Amino acid sequence: MITKRIIPCLDVRDGRVVKGVNFLGLCDVSSPVKLAKYYSDNGADELVFYDITASAEGRALFTDILCEVASTIFIPLTVGGGINTVADFDRVLKCGADKVSVNSGAIRNPALIGEAAKRYGDQCVVLSVDVKRVDGVFRVFAKGGRENTGMEAIDWIRRCVDAGAGEVVVNSIDTDGVKNGFDLEMLDAVCRAVSVPVIASGGAGCIGDFTKLFTTLPGVDAGLAASIFHFHEVAIPDLKAELIKNGIPMRA
Amino acid sequence: MIAIVDYGVGNLFSLKSSLIAIGADAVVTANAQTLRDADKIILPGVGAFGDAAKKLNDSGLSEVLIEEAKAGKPLLGICLGMQLLFETGYEYGIHRGLGLIPGEIRPIADVIPAGLKIPHIGWNALSFPGEKSPLFRYINEGDHVYFVHSYYATKCDNYVIANAEYGAPLTAAAQRGNVFGCQFHPEKSGAVGLNILRAFCETEGTVC
Repeated sequence: MITKRIIPCLDVRDGRVVKGVNFLGLCDVSSPVKLAKYYSDNGADELVFYDITASAEGRALFTDILCEVASTIFIPLTVGGGINTVADFDRVLKCGADKVSVNSGAIRNPALIGEAAKRYGDQCVVLSVDVKRVDGVFRVFAKGGRENTGMEAIDWIRRCVDAGAGEVVVNSIDTDGVKNGFDLEMLDAVCRAVSVPVIASGGAGCIGDFTKLFTTLPGVDAGLAASIFHFHEVAIPDLKAELIKNGIPMRA
Repeated sequence: MIAIVDYGVGNLFSLKSSLIAIGADAVVTANAQTLRDADKIILPGVGAFGDAAKKLNDSGLSEVLIEEAKAGKPLLGICLGMQLLFETGYEYGIHRGLGLIPGEIRPIADVIPAGLKIPHIGWNALSFPGEKSPLFRYINEGDHVYFVHSYYATKCDNYVIANAEYGAPLTAAAQRGNVFGCQFHPEKSGAVGLNILRAFCETEGTVC
């Protein structure tokens, strides 16, 4: 049986992991390579790297680091941030990324997903979408959640999957940072709309939030989080042990 | 020296890195002589069966792979590279594979219950239907490996060395003598995957 996945997410700027603090036993807590290895050795099923660099120099540095990470750890790597063209896919895939996540790039150029899926396969293309309720309707937000695109989120996700997105990361702006649990209502709506893997993001505050996620919504394939792992509020081996106890299939 | 066949299908960075990580001497090559000189050969691949088979045939590498495998050199196919080891692929038409292992490649949709997601993507546990293959000497039944595929090998019962359960048992690995195939990605399967690659690197050649 396929297991549910636990995915730590690392934001990288100018070659360093942002917010990479509070790690026991790690002297360089903002080294992407060391953090990636730490997570890989401690039960992460996959890693997501977001390049939040603005400059071209920073971008070049990011790809160098990605190569180093990909030659050090051997679990699936997803890369996002600054992916606007098929050439951007090529750039990060050559460095050892397995999947590429697109967000604003697909909003600006809706043909991007189809082009990339045709060239690299659906399994390689991950749609990442920031969603927020506006007057009771799920809306797609762009620019890191600052700008309402006006698009209805479920419709947008369905269109992207039809175009070739092989996975969907749903970031709920409403629950992000609140640490009061994943946005089950929003995730349920997405699971009902598409048949590709759905990855929940935004809102995890404790182990129980993951248990509730996977027991309430069997259609969700993975849980993604950043700060609760980085700040060691939740250790992945403890999280997995608890999920296994609750009958959720996990890679031990 | 281990030769990784480069025939323009997929990204070989992680595979080469994983072999280096276990101390193997790996080269990525499209050169027939380098394949002949190698101690072992790995055939990787992602994408569609027909395109990949055509690229292997057009480059003349199919013949080299068949000759070397028949001469007893250990050969490991990974993912699509594994599927190409079989006789026939039914993906967008009917295509001939290398024919090194009897069997055919069919859509997983033919055997798994409706409602399960396709591709079969993620970590799944291995079960060993028979005697443990030397490829798995450093791992245990129940260990998890990483899969991404929509097609699987079938009609190859005598050669299946591992299955993965996804609504139905799917062929996860096959072996015929010195020819091995993994449907999953050992280079993306953490320590378990590296241990499978290590076992392959230690395999002695035999004539099948």
